[in-house]
Amino acid sequence: MKVSYEKCLHCGCCAGACPKNAIYLNDYVLEFNGDCNNCGRCVKLCPVGALKKERA
Amino acid sequence: MRYDCDIVVIGAGPGGSMAAKYAALGGLNVIMIEKKAEIGAPLRCAEGVSKKWLAEIGVTPDPKWICADMAGATIRSPGGFTFQLDESKAGAEVGYVLERHMFDKALAEQAAAAGAKIMMRTGCTGVIRDKGKLVGVKARTMDGEIEIYAKCVVAADGFESQVARWAGVDTTLDAKDIDTCIQYRMANIDIDPKYCEFVIGSEAPGGYIWIFPKGERIANVGIGVQVAKCRHGADPKYYLDKFVAKDPRLRNGQILEIVGGGVSTCPGLEEAIADNLVIVGDAARIIDPITGGGIAHACRTGMYAGKVLAECAKKNDFSKSALKPYEKMWRDRMEDKLYLNWMAKERFATLPDDVLDDLVKIMGNSDIGEVNVHNLLTAIKAKYPKVVEGFEDLI
Repeated sequence: MKVSYEKCLHCGCCAGACPKNAIYLNDYVLEFNGDCNNCGRCVKLCPVGALKKERA
Repeated sequence: MRYDCDIVVIGAGPGGSMAAKYAALGGLNVIMIEKKAEIGAPLRCAEGVSKKWLAEIGVTPDPKWICADMAGATIRSPGGFTFQLDESKAGAEVGYVLERHMFDKALAEQAAAAGAKIMMRTGCTGVIRDKGKLVGVKARTMDGEIEIYAKCVVAADGFESQVARWAGVDTTLDAKDIDTCIQYRMANIDIDPKYCEFVIGSEAPGGYIWIFPKGERIANVGIGVQVAKCRHGADPKYYLDKFVAKDPRLRNGQILEIVGGGVSTCPGLEEAIADNLVIVGDAARIIDPITGGGIAHACRTGMYAGKVLAECAKKNDFSKSALKPYEKMWRDRMEDKLYLNWMAKERFATLPDDVLDDLVKIMGNSDIGEVNVHNLLTAIKAKYPKVVEGFEDLI
């Protein structure tokens, strides 16, 4: 996932909602692990639209 | 570096601090770790709470962390109809607007006074197993990686709820059981400083907009949108900005703080325990599915967890079956209401704006008498029998 750090509020909404537990919020930085299956839930639910898929 | 303790608590929010406090009071050696650099900040909360649960968890209201005392709440329908719930009608259900950064620290202070060790800027990154048994957690600190070995792990990591999942408990949520939220602390606004306001309907699909006063002309103005109803990308911001631009009371407001966050709106995990693991508060998805409020739930579950852990220590047994009293305690106290409110949430999320307008008009009808679930449902049933279907046993 591509993170727009201009928008990200580091709120953890994506991490808690990720069905694969693939996102770790390290204070201000989102770390994605290999379990991400590109499902796009985090893109859909980010309150400020800070996430984008790298591939469509 | 290796640490050893009886109980390791992940997260120093209200649930974690209560668990740490009561486990430490029970004579256990407790380490509580907190990922962030400050307890209670940055804010991830609308800060509105009711009052009576504080006595239940043995916490005395303190002006240090009470920002505003509410006289009541206003529910506003999409068409602008309002229903006011005040102290005379709602009793102890009306509440306070907190200063979370002070409240959370006050609870952590109590945990420290009880003897718990607190490690800041220490984020859990995984669990440690020995021959399959959960024996501790891995964490990152300012001084590098550490391992904390414990007889039992308390997962109090909030909405992120990663510790439980690392430990093998599935806390994954359905899209209709998640609200995505944004909140502005707005100053220079024309609001009633004594009333919390809830705006329902399509202005906040599947959720609601809140205005929780933090004093004169200042409030937390926020929104929760059900993830299953998100359509635009950045939906919470889209709907909240639209609402703020339209509401004459807020139009000249200035934003002092922007907060994001997620909240679960399910009735809680199937099981909030496993061998050598207790899950509390938001991490256990134990949150009121209607209001999204979780502070009281976190404090209660944290307290129950700490007390049960102290009992388990007497037999040195932290297996799932030994932890069962915790499961029973939180279910006895909260399960019925969690399920009821979850059902109500499911129902309300499907109602169109004109029906919501009508419902608020019915609720505002002074003939209802005392405002309680029974009287409200009876009044609604007369005109909208379908809305109360499934709730008949409450009438």
